[in-house]
Amino acid sequence: MLRRLLLALTLCVTPFASVQAQSLQDILQTHADEVLKPGRRSVGVVLDDLVASGLPQAVTFLEAWRDREIVQRDADGLFFKAIEADLIDLDTGDVIGVADNNDLTASRPNGGVRRAIGEALVQFQLSDPDITKRRAAVEAIARGMEASQLEPLQASIEGEMDPTLKATKIRLAGMLSARFGGTAETRIAAINDLAGDLSVDVRAVLNQVLTTTPSVATDLPDGRNIARVLTPGIDLAEDDAYSQLVAADLAPALIDADAVRAALIENITGDTVGGFPVSALNTDAARAQAYAALAEDGLVAPLITAEIKTTALASHLFFETYDEPNADITDAAKAALDAIESKVALSQAVDLGLDALSLASIYFLAAIGLAITFGVMGVINMAHGEFIMMGAYTGFVVQLFVPDYTLSILIALPLAFAVTFGAGVAMERLVIRHLYHRPLETLLATFGISIALQQLAKNIFGTQARPLTSPAWLDGALVFNDVIAISYIRIAIFVMALIFLGLILYVLNRTRLGLEVRAVTQNPGMAASMGINPDRINMLTFGLGSGIAGIAGVAIGLYAKVTSEMGADYIVQSFMTVVVGGVGNVWGTLAGASLIGFLQKGIEWLNPSNTLAAQTYMILFIILFIQFRPKGIVAQKGRAAAD
Amino acid sequence: MRNSFIAQNPSVLWFLMALAGFTLGVTLLSEATGIAFLSTSFVKTLGKTLCLCLIAVAMDVVWGYCGILSLGHFAFFGLGGYAIGMWLMYARTEVIVLESLAGQALPATPKEVSDAIGNQIFGVVGSSEFPWIWAFADSLFLQLLMVVLVPGLLALVFGWLAFRSRVTGVYLSILTQAMTLALSLYLFQNDSGLRGNNGLSGLQNIPGFEDTSQAVISIVFFWASALALGLGYLFFAWIVSGKMGSVIKGIRDNEARVRFLGYHVESYKLFVFTITAVVSAIAGALYYPQAGIINPGEIAPIASIYLAVWVAIGGRGRLYGAVIGAAFVSLLSSWFTGGGAPSVPLGFYTIQWTDWWLVLLGFSFVAVTLFFPKGIGGLFDRLVRKQA
Repeated sequence: MLRRLLLALTLCVTPFASVQAQSLQDILQTHADEVLKPGRRSVGVVLDDLVASGLPQAVTFLEAWRDREIVQRDADGLFFKAIEADLIDLDTGDVIGVADNNDLTASRPNGGVRRAIGEALVQFQLSDPDITKRRAAVEAIARGMEASQLEPLQASIEGEMDPTLKATKIRLAGMLSARFGGTAETRIAAINDLAGDLSVDVRAVLNQVLTTTPSVATDLPDGRNIARVLTPGIDLAEDDAYSQLVAADLAPALIDADAVRAALIENITGDTVGGFPVSALNTDAARAQAYAALAEDGLVAPLITAEIKTTALASHLFFETYDEPNADITDAAKAALDAIESKVALSQAVDLGLDALSLASIYFLAAIGLAITFGVMGVINMAHGEFIMMGAYTGFVVQLFVPDYTLSILIALPLAFAVTFGAGVAMERLVIRHLYHRPLETLLATFGISIALQQLAKNIFGTQARPLTSPAWLDGALVFNDVIAISYIRIAIFVMALIFLGLILYVLNRTRLGLEVRAVTQNPGMAASMGINPDRINMLTFGLGSGIAGIAGVAIGLYAKVTSEMGADYIVQSFMTVVVGGVGNVWGTLAGASLIGFLQKGIEWLNPSNTLAAQTYMILFIILFIQFRPKGIVAQKGRAAAD
Repeated sequence: MRNSFIAQNPSVLWFLMALAGFTLGVTLLSEATGIAFLSTSFVKTLGKTLCLCLIAVAMDVVWGYCGILSLGHFAFFGLGGYAIGMWLMYARTEVIVLESLAGQALPATPKEVSDAIGNQIFGVVGSSEFPWIWAFADSLFLQLLMVVLVPGLLALVFGWLAFRSRVTGVYLSILTQAMTLALSLYLFQNDSGLRGNNGLSGLQNIPGFEDTSQAVISIVFFWASALALGLGYLFFAWIVSGKMGSVIKGIRDNEARVRFLGYHVESYKLFVFTITAVVSAIAGALYYPQAGIINPGEIAPIASIYLAVWVAIGGRGRLYGAVIGAAFVSLLSSWFTGGGAPSVPLGFYTIQWTDWWLVLLGFSFVAVTLFFPKGIGGLFDRLVRKQA
C-alpha cells in the first residue's frame, strides 16, 4: 500500500491535469461507506485515491476528517464539513447552509483510522509546495519518530528543492533508519553514519536503540542480547536488587519497620502482643522480639533476616538486557555513542573554557577600575559597585531617548564614562581627599556613599530590574558545533576587556599622565618636588578608575539586568580579583580575573546544580590563597610594596 | 583591685548604673508588671538593641582599640544565633511530635520520634534526615557550648591564618568580609543542614515554658541581655584598661613598633579577635530568641558593615561610644523605616522616610567620618574637658 502511495506522491508534486477534472465529492461518493464508517483496513483505499487525485482540497478534507468534522447529509448522501452550525462544501470551501443535526450523520473515525489519516497528511505535507508546511511536517516527524514515517520521508527527499530542508530531511531519515531500518545492515550503516554528529537528538536516537531492561535470573539466559551483568552492592544497591527479586517473585517481600508495626497493632490482645506488654514496645529490639513471638505462633510471616537476604542475592544473577535483540546493532550503536560522547566531552571542555574566559573578562572589566584606584592610590572605594550601577543606568536612560539600539550603545559608552568620571572626581574632591592617611575610614566613608547611591537609584528607578537591550547584531550566538556556542554579547565583552587592557597599558606606560601617575604612586613627595601636582593626578586617576567602572556597567547591563543592587553583586568579587591578582598592577588584575573566572566555572562544572556552593568554595580558596601569596599573584617589589 | 579599676574608670560605673536604671525602668513599665506602658514587642526591640550594643562593644574593642577593622563579626553573631536556634527548634518540635505520637497504639521508638522531628524540621527543604551538625541539638548544655565553641573556633582558625601571614589593614577587612559572605552563601544552600534560606523559625517559643506569656519571657530575655551587656562591658573595660590594653592600643597605633618591643603581636590580635567573636556569638544567642527567626540573610556582609557604621557614629576607642552608636542608629533606623517618622512635604515632592532614610544615613555617615571622627562619644569628651 505504501509503495502505491509513494508513487502517487511523486506524481502529485507535478500537477496532473487529467485527475484534477475529478472533484473531491466524486471520490468520496465512490467510497461513501468507507468514508462514513472507516475501519483500520478499509480506510487505505480512500486515502490511496485521495492521494492519487492530487487535489489541494484533499488536505483540508483529511484534516477535517481526522478532527471528526465530516458529516453526510442523509437526504442526498453528500459529504460536508460541519463547523458549529455551518455546513461547508468540501470542494469550494463555501458555507452552503446551516447544519441540522437531524439530517446529518457524522463520520467518527476511531483512533487507529485517525492515525492512518495523520500519516497520509504527513505525506501530503512533506511534498507540499509551501516550504513552511514542509518544514512543519519535518519538525513534526523529528518530535515523535515512528517507523511508518521512514518511507514517506525518504521518498520526499529526492523531490525536495530547498537544499537546507533537504539536508534536514536526509539527516532525519538517517536517524529514522537507525532506529527502524528494514534490515540489520541498513540500520548498522545508518548508525555508523550518525557517529560524527554531536547533536542531542542523534544521541537520543542512539540511546533509544540502546535501551535496556533490568532482569534477574538464576542463570544467564541464552539468546538474549545482554548489556551487562550487575553485582549487587557494587553496581546495584542491595535493597534495589532485593526488591527486583521480590518483583520477579523470586524472594519473599521484606518486612520493614512500618509493616512490623502494623502487624503488631493488628495482633494486640488486651494489653499484650505475643506475650509482651504493649507499653514495653518502645524500642526496635523489643518490637522485633514481639514480632518473632507472633511469627512462631504462625500469626505473621517470619522476618527476612539479613542472612536470608544475602543468600537470596548471592544465588541470583542481576543483569540488563538490550531491548534490541540483534547484538551487532547494539554494538554499532554503542561504538557510535562512545565516539560521540568522547567528542562531546572534549567540546564541553572547550565550551567551559569559553564560558570561563567570558566570566573572566567580566570580572576584569569590573575590577580594572578598582585596581587603578585601589592599586595606584591605595584607596578602597566601596562605592565602586555603585559606579558600575550608575553606568548601567546611564545606558538605560540613553535607550529611553535614543530608540536605535546600536546608536544608543555608542552614545551610552562615552556618556557612562563621563557621568562616572564626574562622580568619581566629585567624590575624590569632597571626601577621599580628606581621608588619604586613614584608609580604613575611606572604606567606611565610601561605604556610606555606596548605600546612599544605592537607595537613590532605588528611589529614582524603582526596585524592578530595567532592561538594557543590546543591538540586534549582538543577538544570537557564534555556534561552532552542537555543544560549543558562545553568545555574541560575551564575545563583545571579551573584546571590550581586551581593548581596555590595551588602553590602560598604553595610558599608564606611554603617556605623560601615566608617567605622572606612576611617579605619584611610587613616591608622592618626590613627584611633587619634580613639579607634578599629586592632587591633580590623584583626582584624574580616581576619575579614570570610576569612568571605567561606568563603561563596565554598560557592558554588564547588556547581558544581566540593571538593578540598583547590581553593583553590590560585583564588589566583593572585584576586590577578590584585585587582591588575588596583586595590587597596583594591571597584569595582576588580569591574572586575578582569569584565576577567579576559570576557578568559578571549574567548580560549577564539578557541581553544576549548585552555584552557591561554587561561590562558597571559591571564596574559601581565595582566603587560603592569600595565606600563601599575601601580595597576590603579581607581587609588587621594592619600596612601593613597603606598606 | 576591683575598686582601683572602677576608680580609674569612672565611666564604667556610670555606664553600669545607667544600664541598671534603664533595666529597672523598662521592667516596671512593661506588660509583665501590669502597667503596660511599653508593649511586649517594644520590650523585645529594646532587648534586641541591648544585644546589638553588646556586639558593638566587641566590635569597638577589635576595631577601635586593636585597629582590626573586621567586616565579619556578624558571622559570629549569626552562628551563635544558629547554635541556640537549633536547640530551641529541636526541643520545641520534640514537644509537638511527642504530643502527636502519644495517642498511637504502640509507644513510639526513639527512631520514630527522631524521624518525625526530622520530617517536621527539614520538610521545607525536602529532606527528613538529621544532618551531622544537629548531633547535639537535643542537649541544651551541649548546644550552649556550641554557641561559644563554634564561632570561637572559626575565629581562632581564621584569625590564626590571617594574622600569621601578616594580612593587615584593608586586606584583612576584605578577607573578613569574604568570610562572612562565604558563610552566608553556604547557609543559603538547602543542603547546608540549616534549612537553607528558610532559616530557623519559631525561636520565640521557649521549650518548657509553653504556658508562660511572651510578656514575661520578653522581660526575662531583656534582663539576660542587660546582664550580658553589663558583664561584657565590664570584661572589655577591664581588658582594655590594664597593661594588656596598652599593648592592644599600641598595636593599633604602630604595629611594627610593638613587635620590635618584643611583644608577640599576632597572639594579642588573635586573642582579641577570638574573644570578641565569642562575645558576639553570645550576643547573637540572646538576640535571636527575641527576634524569633534567623536566616542566612542576617549574616550577609552588609550587616557587619552596619556594625562598623554604628561603632563609627557612636565613637571608636570608647566602649560607651559603641553602645550609644548601636542603640542610637538601630533605634533611629527602625523608627524611620517602620514609618514612624513624619514625611516631609516639599511642595513638588514628598520625602517618604522609608525611601530616603538610607540616603540620609549614608550621607550622615560620610559627614561623621569627615567631620566628627570621634563620633557621638567625642561630644562627651568635650563636656568632660570643659568641666576640667
